Amino acid sequence: MDARIGIRNTKSILFKSFIIFLAFVVTLPLIIVLLYIIKQGVMQVNWHFLTHVPAPEGEKGGGIANALVGSLLIVGMSSLVAIPVGILAGIYLSENPGTKLSYYSGLCVDILQGVPSIVMGIVVYFWIVKPFGFSAISGSIALAIMMLPIVIRSTEQTLLLLPPSLKEAALSLGVPYHRVILKVIVPCGFAGILSGIILSIARIIGETAPLLFTALGSNYLTTNVRGAMESLPHLIFTYATSPYDDQHDLAWGASFILLMFVLILNIVTKLITRKWKIQL
Amino acid sequence: MDKNKRLDLSYSQMKWETIFKRLLIVMSAIILLLVVGVFFTLIVESWPSIKSLGVKFLWGKVWDPVNNIYGAYPFLIGTLLTSFTALIISIPFSYAIAIYLGEYNPKGWLSDLLKNTIELIAAVPSIIYGFWALFVLVPEVRKLETAIHVTPYGVGVFTASLVLAVMIIPYAAALGTSLIRMVPSPLKEGAYALGATRFEVIRSVILPYTRSGLFAGILLSLGRALGETMAVTVLIGNTSAIANTFKDIFFGPGNTMASVIANEFAEADHALYLSALIELGLVLFFVTVIINLIGKRIITKYTNN
Repeated sequence: MDARIGIRNTKSILFKSFIIFLAFVVTLPLIIVLLYIIKQGVMQVNWHFLTHVPAPEGEKGGGIANALVGSLLIVGMSSLVAIPVGILAGIYLSENPGTKLSYYSGLCVDILQGVPSIVMGIVVYFWIVKPFGFSAISGSIALAIMMLPIVIRSTEQTLLLLPPSLKEAALSLGVPYHRVILKVIVPCGFAGILSGIILSIARIIGETAPLLFTALGSNYLTTNVRGAMESLPHLIFTYATSPYDDQHDLAWGASFILLMFVLILNIVTKLITRKWKIQL
Repeated sequence: MDKNKRLDLSYSQMKWETIFKRLLIVMSAIILLLVVGVFFTLIVESWPSIKSLGVKFLWGKVWDPVNNIYGAYPFLIGTLLTSFTALIISIPFSYAIAIYLGEYNPKGWLSDLLKNTIELIAAVPSIIYGFWALFVLVPEVRKLETAIHVTPYGVGVFTASLVLAVMIIPYAAALGTSLIRMVPSPLKEGAYALGATRFEVIRSVILPYTRSGLFAGILLSLGRALGETMAVTVLIGNTSAIANTFKDIFFGPGNTMASVIANEFAEADHALYLSALIELGLVLFFVTVIINLIGKRIITKYTNN
């Protein structure tokens, strides 16, 4: 009898050690990738690297200013489109949970979240690139559509958590509906909505596939949003697969910058959600 | 006079209220229209290919754009093989994380640290994984392939699956963790009271109780794997020909539906070629949407009970 308990206990302990081992092994690839990118990238980054465009093929030097400016512009434009639409749609979903429209919109948010990014690239190609040509705007639209589900869901979830008494108190004072929402409900859920927005930006800033057939890429530093434009992930993709070592170096530097953006945005989200104790 | 002014004011407020309510409706209708639009665009643009190639498009073994022959079979095989290999590699790890964070160590700094690190895995852009793997993992795989006597391509289905496996772990792990935390403690306490060890509680109470939820998590991971583009495009080697033996298919270069679109869409120079690529996108869209919806359905059903 005692012996069997011993076996069962040993089994339990072995299982626990096995689980702990597996759970922590997963962090290894991430740590290896992060360290490698930092090691390769940090040497590339200097003022010259940030303020110059790539050198011609096979030549040393140059930088990624075109991709940096392009990424910021493209992501900025996507945010301008996706944030208002996403917040308003999220408000609708949380305010009208029973209606047919909110059921189908909710379903569509789920669908949008699952659409592969490359498919989004194809669709935006036919919507905007085919009639108007390759442009940073078309890339922004593709990324904005990818941002929407995250912004909508985080707005909806945050507002659903607010106590109904807030809204009832404001309404009973005779405040019109739109002011109740914009001046009471949204400010109360601000932290949750904000962290959703930052998270969605972190998600799209590294997206390459939707930009392949839309913003395309360009070797020039340009702010013309109606023309083709380079972006960090696209530059990494093109240079990673090129045969020149100098271009690989540029790509390592660009990866480092992109990684830093993503890490900082994620940490900011964590800090916000921790400070306001939000569950996303 | 004063009364009239106040009436005017409240009238304009009411007007704004109606405008605001309409605006909300319009915005959520936009989401609906977007999805319908995506669906229609894919159908319309792939119609030439659907019409002229029919269902046999999916089973056609040859993809030869130069001679206008289009068969999606090599990409179907490539997609399914990479996704399921990645899934099989990832399942033990995602389950282990879910059990560790959900049951063994749900609170405290170590648990938070591990949880945030796992979330970070999903945050790193896929192109960075692809780039890293191309320069670090590919040479290692080449060594391994030489050691086990297969053609040492380095790039290929196997390498892509390895990277994909790491990338999809967070999705199943995060869902599994929150579901395991939701297991009612009376159930576990009952089992402990009967003298069960921790392992026995996990095996015969927690895992059966969360089975469908964990399955939903795996579906979400699978949805990610099927649609993942950049890392796979960089690593899979991009050939549309299909090798003869399974060993060569598994270790040799291939193509997935997403990677062939990424590689060939820009250079598709005639209508049927382009529309065949879009049909691939349509298939991908359908499959990922269905998998995601089933997964979401299971989760809602599960969390409501």
